[in-house]
Amino acid sequence: MRHIISLLMENEAGALSRVAGLFSARGYNIESLTVAPTEDATLSRMTIVTSGSDAVIEQINKQLNKLIDVVSVMDLSEGEHIERELMLVKLRAEGDAREELKRLTDIFRGRILDVTDHTYTIELTGSRVKLDSFIDAIGRELILETVRTGASGIGRGNRILKL
Amino acid sequence: MEMTGAEITIRCLHEEGVEYIFGYPGGAVLHIYDALFQQDKVKHILVRHEQAAVHAADGYARSSDKVGVALVTSGPGLTNAVTGIATAYLDSIPMVVISGQVPTFAIGEDAFQEVDAVGITRPCVKHNFLVKDVKDIAATIKKAFYLANSGRPGPVLVDIPKDISAQKTTFSYPATINIRSYQPPGRGDSQQIMQAVQLLLTAKRPMIYAGGGVVLSGASAQLTELVRLLGAPCTNTLMGLGGFPANDTKFVGMLGMHGTYEANMAMQHCDVLVAIGARFDDRVIGNVEHFAQVPRKIIHIDIDPSSIAKRVKVDVPIVGDLKLVLDELLSVLRAGTQKPDVAGLADWWRQIEEWRVTGGGLRYKNSSEIIKPQFVIETLHRLTGGDAFVTSDVGQHQMWAAQYYKFNHPRRWINSGGLGTMGFGLPAAMGVQLKHPGATVACVTGEGSIQMNIQELSTCKQYHLPIKVLSLNNGYLGMVRQWQEFFHGNRFSESYMDALPDFVKVAEAYGHVGIRIDNPADVEPAMKEAFARKNDLVFMDFRTDPTENVFPMVPGGKGLSEVVLSEDL
Repeated sequence: MRHIISLLMENEAGALSRVAGLFSARGYNIESLTVAPTEDATLSRMTIVTSGSDAVIEQINKQLNKLIDVVSVMDLSEGEHIERELMLVKLRAEGDAREELKRLTDIFRGRILDVTDHTYTIELTGSRVKLDSFIDAIGRELILETVRTGASGIGRGNRILKL
Repeated sequence: MEMTGAEITIRCLHEEGVEYIFGYPGGAVLHIYDALFQQDKVKHILVRHEQAAVHAADGYARSSDKVGVALVTSGPGLTNAVTGIATAYLDSIPMVVISGQVPTFAIGEDAFQEVDAVGITRPCVKHNFLVKDVKDIAATIKKAFYLANSGRPGPVLVDIPKDISAQKTTFSYPATINIRSYQPPGRGDSQQIMQAVQLLLTAKRPMIYAGGGVVLSGASAQLTELVRLLGAPCTNTLMGLGGFPANDTKFVGMLGMHGTYEANMAMQHCDVLVAIGARFDDRVIGNVEHFAQVPRKIIHIDIDPSSIAKRVKVDVPIVGDLKLVLDELLSVLRAGTQKPDVAGLADWWRQIEEWRVTGGGLRYKNSSEIIKPQFVIETLHRLTGGDAFVTSDVGQHQMWAAQYYKFNHPRRWINSGGLGTMGFGLPAAMGVQLKHPGATVACVTGEGSIQMNIQELSTCKQYHLPIKVLSLNNGYLGMVRQWQEFFHGNRFSESYMDALPDFVKVAEAYGHVGIRIDNPADVEPAMKEAFARKNDLVFMDFRTDPTENVFPMVPGGKGLSEVVLSEDL
């Protein structure tokens, strides 16, 4: 099953490689991994999307907790949470297709950031499923380039991951 | 007063009460060696290879409850140390390794003797540090010692670039350290402990399975008391030997791949299993699916939550320091009125006795013609009264030592269980002998393993370490040969070593005493002579039966009850 694991870790050189190294050394899957400093400059917040059996997910949580640089870990998928991912996608936009692409972008609540005679560059934010649907709707033949950030996640309401 | 980073490094070792540091100099650590030269509180032991420095620090730590310390230079110094670090990591041994690094301005330029020490060691340390500011050295070393020796212990690397060890700052050693992301477990959860006691008291076939954690936590007395109160059988893992006295009637021997029949059968057929500081690894329970087929309740006590439910499902997990958990468990047991199920236990012990008979115990057919390796270990046990420190290398001799030397005390059996590092025994014995100068230290090895760090005979001479080396020389890489015999149709691919040296001459060349023993009748006299030489390292080259195999054996991938007993007995 797909899990979104959120963690706070020391904002230190090498901390990211400890987490990435753990996943490769123990053969765990990483679907995506995003990391950036928080409002507290000593801490980074990471969101890892992974998958595995319950036993594997339990081990992942324990092994992450064991890393000295990791301050706290939360499996967001265990409760109510919000997941967002940002995608930038560059499309071939020519002739009649330009109007259709603009319309699709509006329907998905995306924004066109850059326009040329032949291309649109679109920004789209949402869950993984929404971004995937957009790509399906456009059709691969029109896509020149996609960049996705991977999911960032946060708990709903009082589910807070803090020091 | 300002001090250099190198001087601060050594001062930190003084503050930590370090007696010995095992190391080998080189360019990147010259400042640190200069600081070492100008003091005499920390004694430096100059090894002949960095791997041996780390193993010696490891042996020192395993035979005491102190942190082992090693010092190596950058590049090849560090890479040579990696095997030692990984050995300590797999067996959770507290250790601080200080490595030199090229100057900060040269890092990343593929400088002479540069490797990414923190990157290379990351998967085999509890934690590691690259010190980038001389002001951070003291706090980093404080953290390193704290991390190494708290919680589940392990090796910690501190990598110090050469320019940092030359720069100056004022020294102040922090009295305490707090790492916000690290809170090692203390006491266990009381409710879980109550639940464990309930399960144990209603058990008809309880079994206690204790590992190296008992030794590391210093919980042998508590374990012994628990076994006494419950009247249950107790087995030890390879790493746990000595954690429970082998001469106790409740001891059913070591379990696992080369464990006793009764221990393995009891593991498989008990109704309540308590795992204490043990991790159900593949050499212990064999095939996980086979193990899971028999229903039983499992209580697992361990300081590391990730060891619990890693390979087998657990009913009552208890995370905590074993000593504290067992103390609480014992007090609950003593305070209660309920007693163990006497009738159930009597049946259980009858069953275990039957297995003892079926399995035939640990046995071998002795010979008056050729030296049986087991006979050498039995003689060693008899002559030392079971009181020696025994280090070993890896292979058949290691298993025979584990089976036939009966350890009654913790921290006497020093071997590389997790990583299985050949070349561990002799350097580890150096660390043990330095920690226990008057004690008998026996290094049980083979002609294959000893050659992996035989250069340390030179270190032993320099520091007058009267280690007794017992080499079970069968001319083969015995365990490899055994597997080739069983599983590869007797095709002994590269397991025979032609052109072995004359080990007596080797010992003599290093300034020691060498004895070659060919006849069973000479085993005891030779050993007596060796042990009488209190001040000499004696290398005993026992020419043993090359066809002897280690039994019982649970073949890899099989379940514990699929044990192969001895073929011809």
